[in-house]
Amino acid sequence: MTILVLLVPVTLAMGAVGLGAFFWSLRARQYDDLAGDAERILHDDADRPLRPRTETER
Amino acid sequence: MMNRLTLAERQLATVLAGLVALGGFTMAAAGRGDPMGVHGWIVLILALAALLKVVAALQEPEPTEDRTASYYDDPTKAGIVLALAWAVVGMGMGVWVATQLAWPDLRFDAAWSGFGRLRPVHTSGVIFGFGGNALIATSFHVMQRTSRARLAGHVAPWFVLLGYNLFCVVAASGYLMGVTQSKEYAEPEWYADIWLVIVWVTYFVLYLRTLARRNEPHIYVANWYYMAFILVVAVLHIVNNLAVPASLTGAKSYSAFSGVQDAMTQWWYGHNAVAFFLTAGFLGMLYYFLPKRAGRPIYSYRLSILSFWGIVFFYIWAGSHHLHYTALPQWVQTLGMTFSVMLLIPSWASAGNALMTLNGAWGKVRDDAVLRFMMVAAVFYGLSTFEGSFLAVRAVNSLSHYTDWTVGHVHAGAMGWVALISFGAIYALTPLLWRRAEMYSRKLVEWHFWLALAGTVIYVFAMWNSGIIQGLMWRTYTESGTLAYSFTDTLVAMHPYYIARALGGALFLTGAVIGAFNVFMTIRHVRGQAPAHDHPTPNAAAEPAVPAAE
Repeated sequence: MTILVLLVPVTLAMGAVGLGAFFWSLRARQYDDLAGDAERILHDDADRPLRPRTETER
Repeated sequence: MMNRLTLAERQLATVLAGLVALGGFTMAAAGRGDPMGVHGWIVLILALAALLKVVAALQEPEPTEDRTASYYDDPTKAGIVLALAWAVVGMGMGVWVATQLAWPDLRFDAAWSGFGRLRPVHTSGVIFGFGGNALIATSFHVMQRTSRARLAGHVAPWFVLLGYNLFCVVAASGYLMGVTQSKEYAEPEWYADIWLVIVWVTYFVLYLRTLARRNEPHIYVANWYYMAFILVVAVLHIVNNLAVPASLTGAKSYSAFSGVQDAMTQWWYGHNAVAFFLTAGFLGMLYYFLPKRAGRPIYSYRLSILSFWGIVFFYIWAGSHHLHYTALPQWVQTLGMTFSVMLLIPSWASAGNALMTLNGAWGKVRDDAVLRFMMVAAVFYGLSTFEGSFLAVRAVNSLSHYTDWTVGHVHAGAMGWVALISFGAIYALTPLLWRRAEMYSRKLVEWHFWLALAGTVIYVFAMWNSGIIQGLMWRTYTESGTLAYSFTDTLVAMHPYYIARALGGALFLTGAVIGAFNVFMTIRHVRGQAPAHDHPTPNAAAEPAVPAAE
């Protein structure tokens, strides 16, 4: 089963990327206000983007 | 549509369309006398049509509107229309191949209309054509709304959408000519595969760039599902399609792997594609459109995040359950089985989370067929993931594998879950994007819902019966230890179920045609008075002023 030499590392690498993304999401404080995050998608009655916070960000 | 692009963007689009046309011309010239040449002509004609459109718009004035003040919805609209067109074609092919199994004469003795060539047109048509376009269109919508930011770029979304549909057209037309690398759900040949990688990488970059612009600190969970879908499908696609073309002037290629090595790669791809194309992507759709339509936040947002990471870490080694009782080492099979059983946890967490969100809003589910599409999709998601874990157990698999039970299981997922959640999302989006107060006809949405549900139930029950009978007949021995039934005996036993299956599929197709008509009429038709806003608020679009079932 030489193919596993390819598939297992590729699979583990994908898992590692996932783990990295998970740690990033923790460090970026993505889960600090879960109730608010779930609620906020419902409140966009204007259906318009928010203005970029600064003009240079455009 | 072109007047929203700046001159520089139109010039970029011209160059891109020109390059694709050049590629098509090269393929047509190099592949003369080979199906690759026909593909070259198809690519050339489609690219020239796009080129004509952008060149004609080059002289138009620059856009005057402030583009950052609104979302960019044109690609989403085109994606919805394309998804519905593919739904009708793909499901129509499905009904045709199903009737061929019941009445083989319906092949009409042509080479291109044989079951082996039409079946991949059906599977690719519904999974990639319908499902893929629905995913791309809704992901453009969701990434903008949850980020509160406009799409990053105006050419990239068109390149992704149209490039992806070019891949689908090349794939489907190739099957009719007998072009296939004989890998289920990965049939297209090497040049189509390379093209898809380019499109897919652009898609992922577009997603990341839009998220980087977000005006909302939190990345909503639906985006994580969509991004996992894009990223993992890219890796799977590349590894499974490692092949050496027999010649650069022809379509034929040979896989880099052989025998059981190739089978393992194929099902590592195949089941992870089920996981990340047909599950993760559509869960992204569910987690945005169901709370939105119900007008209440998801029951447990924490659980939705946990199930996301659960799927990411549990799903990736389930594929070897497709190879029980083969030359694959026993431990690899067992590992696949173990992962498949573990998957039940994140799957049911999502299905339960969706249903619990509706707890307390059952009145809306009763009155609003669109929300009902989403609810039934969540139910079928729960049912088919349970069935999947069950069928992956080696002992169950010894009865079910190679029988119609597998076909029934796939269709419970594909019709009951994937198609119903997509139709729900499309019905929720259409009035919002085309600035209509509601769908052209609410009654037709009801018709579509009940036809789709009846079709799915008939289909799945027919295949359960057929598959279990088939499996039991294959393993029945006589007193003297020989097989009791010939293969023809099982075919005779299958026949009534094949007719029932074709009927179920035809009902489902009728529903899809009604849905496409309803969306088409909503786009064309303005009925009743104009809404108070120049755009409907999501609540006005989502909540009917009067109950649907008056």
